[in-house]
Amino acid sequence: MDPIPAADSPLIRIEGLVKTYSLGEVEVPALRGLSLEVQRGEFVAIMGASGSGKSTFMNLLGCLDVPSRGSYHLEGVDVGRLSRDQLARIRNRRIGFVFQGFNLLSRTSALENVELPLLYDTVSNAERHRRAAAALERVGLGDRMRHYPNQLSGGQQQRVAIARALVNDPSIVLADEPTGNLDSRTSVEILGLFQQLNAQGITVILVTHEPDIAQFAGRHIVFRDGRIRSDRANPSPRRAAEVLADMPESEDEEEAA
Amino acid sequence: MKMANTLRSAARALRRNKMRSFLTMLGIIIGVAAVIAMLALGQGAEYSVKQQISALGTNVLIIFPGSQQQGTVRFGAGSVTTLTEDDARAITEECPAVAYVSPGSRAGGQVVAGNLNWGTIVEGTGADYLFIRQWAVEYGEFYTEPDVKAAAKVCVLGGTVADALFPDATPVGQTIRIRNVPVKVIGVLARKGQNAMGMDQDDVILAPYTTVLRRMSHFPYLRQILVSAVSTEAIPEAQRQVTELLRQRHKITPWAEDDFTIRNQADIVATATETTKILTVLLAGIASVSLFVGGIGIMNIMLVSVTERTREIGIRMAVGARGTDILAQFLVEALALSLIGGLLGIGLGLAGSSLITNLAQWPTIITPLSVALSFGFAFVVGIFFGFYPARKAANLNPIEALRYE
Ligand SMILES: Nc1ncnc2c1ncn2[C@@H]1O[C@H](COP(=O)(O)OP(=O)(O)OP(=O)(O)O)[C@@H](O)[C@H]1O
Ligand SMILES: [Mg+2]
Repeated sequence: MDPIPAADSPLIRIEGLVKTYSLGEVEVPALRGLSLEVQRGEFVAIMGASGSGKSTFMNLLGCLDVPSRGSYHLEGVDVGRLSRDQLARIRNRRIGFVFQGFNLLSRTSALENVELPLLYDTVSNAERHRRAAAALERVGLGDRMRHYPNQLSGGQQQRVAIARALVNDPSIVLADEPTGNLDSRTSVEILGLFQQLNAQGITVILVTHEPDIAQFAGRHIVFRDGRIRSDRANPSPRRAAEVLADMPESEDEEEAA
Repeated sequence: MKMANTLRSAARALRRNKMRSFLTMLGIIIGVAAVIAMLALGQGAEYSVKQQISALGTNVLIIFPGSQQQGTVRFGAGSVTTLTEDDARAITEECPAVAYVSPGSRAGGQVVAGNLNWGTIVEGTGADYLFIRQWAVEYGEFYTEPDVKAAAKVCVLGGTVADALFPDATPVGQTIRIRNVPVKVIGVLARKGQNAMGMDQDDVILAPYTTVLRRMSHFPYLRQILVSAVSTEAIPEAQRQVTELLRQRHKITPWAEDDFTIRNQADIVATATETTKILTVLLAGIASVSLFVGGIGIMNIMLVSVTERTREIGIRMAVGARGTDILAQFLVEALALSLIGGLLGIGLGLAGSSLITNLAQWPTIITPLSVALSFGFAFVVGIFFGFYPARKAANLNPIEALRYE
């Protein structure tokens, strides 16, 4: 293992990444050899047809799964050589994950949902409350801390999930179709949040089906059949704050819920 | 995760399904309560057997006719008839370590007073019987050595017999018929109450052993000789002197076995408590089966819980929970079920034991050891049956857990 996160090494370096699921006798190739690098501070949008391997790729990036072949270096560390517990630690300290389906704990308040990653860290109770509250403030939910997920709109739930993803000051936020269940105005608001995080130096990688959403990212990667079909920079990403100002007020977040 | 937080999250998970948690605990509650109550019953029985035997009087030796049989006390001697009145007299005269001697005989039968009758046991004793048994006469007096010599037709009634035969009148001075022999009541014994087996110790008539032998049972030999040593320390010496004397009198050759058996109180206590100990272990063993079944209940519910909460486990793993964190979480939940169940079970066991004592009049004794034992058993059950489901949860793959519907 190379524990030195050399400042000049890319945040993510992937070489020949292959993931094959085996369903009994049948082998399902989901990723067929990917290579790419992501630098610190990038905002990447991943697109591609359904079944092209985007979620599989995100799960590997998020250390939730291990590749069948190929290597993945995160901050210079070869993730493939880490133990289950070390992977858990990386998920806890380095990565924030946002899912399409929010994945909040039900019957658990927004604040406690956000505190969850800190429970698995060495943080005092007071510090944990403070940081979780600050993260909720940051996503604009300072007044909803005691609410349960079923008392929140979809957009608010996703913001809780984002607050949970940031509470541990991760170096990357991975979001797999974070706006898939949201209306367009709420989606832009969420993208605005990601842009803010990105402006603060957090690398954001997001999967989306909607080209409109991808427009907010600075780099577009398109998957097809487990390979990268195209990978190009978006020199002029849209600014969510501006888009939001032009949108009609009637499409209010509360109604969308 | 920190232990305090693990505990808090376990408490919350259990509170979320209150009814289910309670029903799961019920198995442990009943198991622990049963173990405690059964141990209490067994130990109560053991204690009162000891008490009852001590009630024989301190420093007591009992000499039975018949040879020693390994490990058993032959209470019902009848087949071997070797103890005579002369043996008893010789012990009185020649054994300095012996304080009192009371030859024993016995007759059973119907006792009649006026138009009332009562079936009981007539114990034939010597005049010193009350000293050996540390018993006393409440009204009237006890028979004397001359009464014994003369096989006088006198007797002393136990409290129960006195009540049965003379509900209104004073028994002392009245005449009763024992096996058609008219006998004068000269005293009534102080009450002793029930013994450990629930037998009424006051349901007895005492009469001179000579009277019983010659006028009632028509049997030439003694059933037993009750002897007390001059002191507790003198018990072994008294036993040795009696043995030597009887062997000599019975002309037993040096290599032959005794044709009599001497039991001291310690022997009798040991034999009797051995029996009640086996009883205790048996009862507690049966009760602990229910604790075991309660453990299976915990395992079952924890398995259901792990399946239901697969997504939760996936979410926790996605934000950084390690396998050991998940393991600890579910193990603590299982342990909480079994330990809270254990505590409630202790309460129920204590209540149940006092109920048994109050309703059935059986003595129960609860020792800290039996409480600790059953609680410890609940703990082991919690760990044992909680481990498998917890490990199953900890070994889940985060992705599969997240995808679980
Ligand atoms: N657990 C699994 N077992 C077997 N095959 C799987 C599994 N997960 C994904 N696959 C297969 O891998 C391929 C890629 O799936 P993946 O979920 O990565 O696609 P995707 O690009 O995220 O699609 P979508 O846009 O619909 O979410 C698909 O063919 C899918 O059937
Ligand atoms: Mg997908």
